[in-house]
Amino acid sequence: MLTLELTVASWLLAMVLGTVLATLRMSGRRSAKAVVSAFVAYHRNVPMLVQIMMWYFALPSLLSDEMQMWINQFNGEFLYSVIAIGLCMAAYVSEDIRSGLRAIPHGQFEASRALGLSYIGSMRFVILPQAMRIAVPPLINHTVLLFKNTSLAMAIGVAELTYATRQLENYTFRTFEAYLIASLGYLALSLALMGAGALLSRHYKIPGSR
Amino acid sequence: MFDILHNYWELLLMGQYPHGALGGLAITLILSLLGLGLAFPVSILLALARISPMAIFRVPATMLVYTIRGIPLIMVIFWVYFFLPLLIGRTITGFTTMLCTLVIYQSAYLCEVIRAGIEALPKGQLEASRALGLGYFRTLRFVILPQALYNMMPSMISQFVSTIKETSLGYVINVPELTFAANQVNNQLLTQPLAVFSLLALIYFVLCFSFTELADYIERRITRKRAGRARKNSGNATGGLPFVTLPATAASKENS
Repeated sequence: MLTLELTVASWLLAMVLGTVLATLRMSGRRSAKAVVSAFVAYHRNVPMLVQIMMWYFALPSLLSDEMQMWINQFNGEFLYSVIAIGLCMAAYVSEDIRSGLRAIPHGQFEASRALGLSYIGSMRFVILPQAMRIAVPPLINHTVLLFKNTSLAMAIGVAELTYATRQLENYTFRTFEAYLIASLGYLALSLALMGAGALLSRHYKIPGSR
Repeated sequence: MFDILHNYWELLLMGQYPHGALGGLAITLILSLLGLGLAFPVSILLALARISPMAIFRVPATMLVYTIRGIPLIMVIFWVYFFLPLLIGRTITGFTTMLCTLVIYQSAYLCEVIRAGIEALPKGQLEASRALGLGYFRTLRFVILPQALYNMMPSMISQFVSTIKETSLGYVINVPELTFAANQVNNQLLTQPLAVFSLLALIYFVLCFSFTELADYIERRITRKRAGRARKNSGNATGGLPFVTLPATAASKENS
């Protein structure tokens, strides 16, 4: 199931990049903050379909012909859609984590710096673990969104669930069955994600918080 | 990039309008305005059903909302595309398909926004207006909804932004909106995909970014207003009247 591979790959990219971006933004350096805000603004205000097209149609034209051939050998559509979806969701993830970070009192940071941890160290061991726990519910929402958005990759011909459904429908003309099964598949996985998410956020809730 | 804009601005702005169907940015805007406008009354009804104490309303509405939120928009588009013509017995245009899809999809999301707005209000509001003798519907009409909708205005503008972004999916079923027009331009030029798609992204960015900023601005204003009211309330509360929120609301409205 290409949908699942797409989801997992772009989720990993989004989480890692989102965390890095949020940390960069909180670093207090003005240039870093400007770059991250521009990144977030672009990815939140341009439709994901356009972002996918940008990666698939537009940006490869910057590369040399050999590079393009080389990438297309390795299933270029898949690669580009992972990058597009991953980057877009990274913007959302970084916003989630940032709001988690803002909920941590500044004294925590000062205390950990006073105890001798470096900036990265205090982020890694003190601030981020707490911020992540606060950010679990919005992160789960965005995971569900990411899973649903993988369906957009069909526009550039990645053979994921929606694309496969269209093909199946073209071969068999059993429109109703094909779309019913695909929709049920999406629905089951989204609801499973939402359910697992509810359990997770209960588990990771900081005791005593609202 | 500028000569593309110069040569093709008509196609991007309104498609082949004087000679053919309206398209481009105009259709994108019309679709999102109509989509959200029509979804709004539906979503209020859905939200009321979602918080209704009667299971006959609550259970189907909840199931509907979860179903729509659980499947991708593109799936809804295909459902409408294939089955709405069967249902009503005649073919429909891509525009109508996309409009129906947006109304279905957005009313589920907007319903959750409005529900959150209603549930964020203190329960005392409902109890107080019921105690004053207003019926259920008049309570909703005059007390609950005005406050809930006002508080939720930023989220509704964000919802409008996502509607604009969602119209880009009309490309998949050949609705001649902005993304489709940009692809036409790209197919005519063939050699400058980077310029064409950057231009497309830029148009969407300018459009959506201004609405996002507007939403942020309104949110800040509402927060400031609520903070002012809270201060007034605590002033009132020293007089031993904890329930006088209504006069305080009127006062703060006059002040701003």
